[in-house]
Amino acid sequence: MIVGVLSLQGAFREHLRAVQRLGHEAREVKSEKDLRGLQALILPGGESTAMGKIIERNELREPLRDFAANKPTMGTCAGAILLAKDIIGETKNYLGVLDIAVERNAYGSQLDSFVGQGTVGRLHDFPLVFIRAPLIRSVSASVEVIAKLGEDIIGVRSNNLWACTFHPEMTADTRLHALFLQHA
Amino acid sequence: MRTELNRGLAEMLKGGVIMDVVNAEQARIAEAAGACAVMALERVPSDIRRDGGVARMSDPELIIEIKQAVTIPVMAKVRIGHFVEAQILEALRIDFIDESEVLTMADDQFHIDKHKFEIPFVCGARNLGEALRRIGEGAVMIRTKGEAGTGNVVEAVRHMRTMLAEMRRVQLAPDEELMTLAKEFGAPIHLLQEVKRLGKLPVVNFAAGGLATPADAALMMQLGCDGVFVGSGIFKSSNPARRAAAIVEATTHYADKERLAHISRGLGTAMAGLEIARLETTFAERGQ
Repeated sequence: MIVGVLSLQGAFREHLRAVQRLGHEAREVKSEKDLRGLQALILPGGESTAMGKIIERNELREPLRDFAANKPTMGTCAGAILLAKDIIGETKNYLGVLDIAVERNAYGSQLDSFVGQGTVGRLHDFPLVFIRAPLIRSVSASVEVIAKLGEDIIGVRSNNLWACTFHPEMTADTRLHALFLQHA
Repeated sequence: MRTELNRGLAEMLKGGVIMDVVNAEQARIAEAAGACAVMALERVPSDIRRDGGVARMSDPELIIEIKQAVTIPVMAKVRIGHFVEAQILEALRIDFIDESEVLTMADDQFHIDKHKFEIPFVCGARNLGEALRRIGEGAVMIRTKGEAGTGNVVEAVRHMRTMLAEMRRVQLAPDEELMTLAKEFGAPIHLLQEVKRLGKLPVVNFAAGGLATPADAALMMQLGCDGVFVGSGIFKSSNPARRAAAIVEATTHYADKERLAHISRGLGTAMAGLEIARLETTFAERGQ
């Protein structure tokens, strides 16, 4: 399978490595032409505002939206913000394809970043790394919650779209990538 | 666990541009241009150079104002060795501390014991030994020192090339030679072993000090830096918003010469540069 990773800013190399470790071909996506021939796409962690500006200036919004509307796409942390329909406190969204409401930096500053462990879908003892993480405040009826930490929604799936507020790319555990790509 | 999380935040900044800002208004311009973080300070390095005097941590009031203006991470500088300034910034709950040679040194022998803090630190380095000493003290991110406030990229290039050459030496050295190299570089052996194993620094390595154009940013990225800091280069130019956006763009598309040609057009005047040999004070010599 050929899997693209949006490579404008952030932890894209970690995702590329995870995809390669699972035996797939990984490609950097920096412009519209890089989307051609991809079977799945990952939007990495990083700074969503920075990525959003670069998406806008490079006229990537429509191509990415078209891709995510039809093909398997996973967003992690900042990537989840890019996919979300609603960003709390803001009037604009980025791709707006996933019917969830997210809140940026919901836990606070870097001093409030933390690691945990939990169940994601059918994956048990999954390492959860939260770095200035957003929080999924609400989801529509069509969106399935696949992971929670206490009361907090930290992972969702809606047909071809997957999103989580933690960083599966920051650990050696590639099970979530594998699960996503199995469905791709 | 803190080290892992703090190194993780540095990883999230990769491929991005961290911009010096002196007020909330500039912070908003930087964020709108696509900065991945801002560095809050009272005077940009070129003004510190011009005005002289002792340069210290910024007024917390200013840092809080900047923190409230943006959602991207906020960094601020402390003087080398001034662990109380660092305690104060930690209490302000900003996201990152730069223990910086751009400010006047508070301790001319010792750096801050950064392991004692929860908050991440970035430090400057001119060579591999310096980088590994700072990592040994707990820095989770390294940047070239370059020569801040000059608009002259030559020192940043020298520092990056020196680190790369020294890392090649470490990689080629047989294991039994590492202790002698550790002595030569003045660096902890376990970190040399890690460099040999990884083929790079164990933390994110950014370019800083003298970058003024999109081409400067792309040059440092092509040399192998993970991202860039731009200090005086943006807000001392004739069109900060436009130049900031262009530098962000160049950092993303650093290997695409057609795009770089397009990005570099019509940006107005860059900051006036300084010849390194004519400087009265070289910041890079501070804190080794």
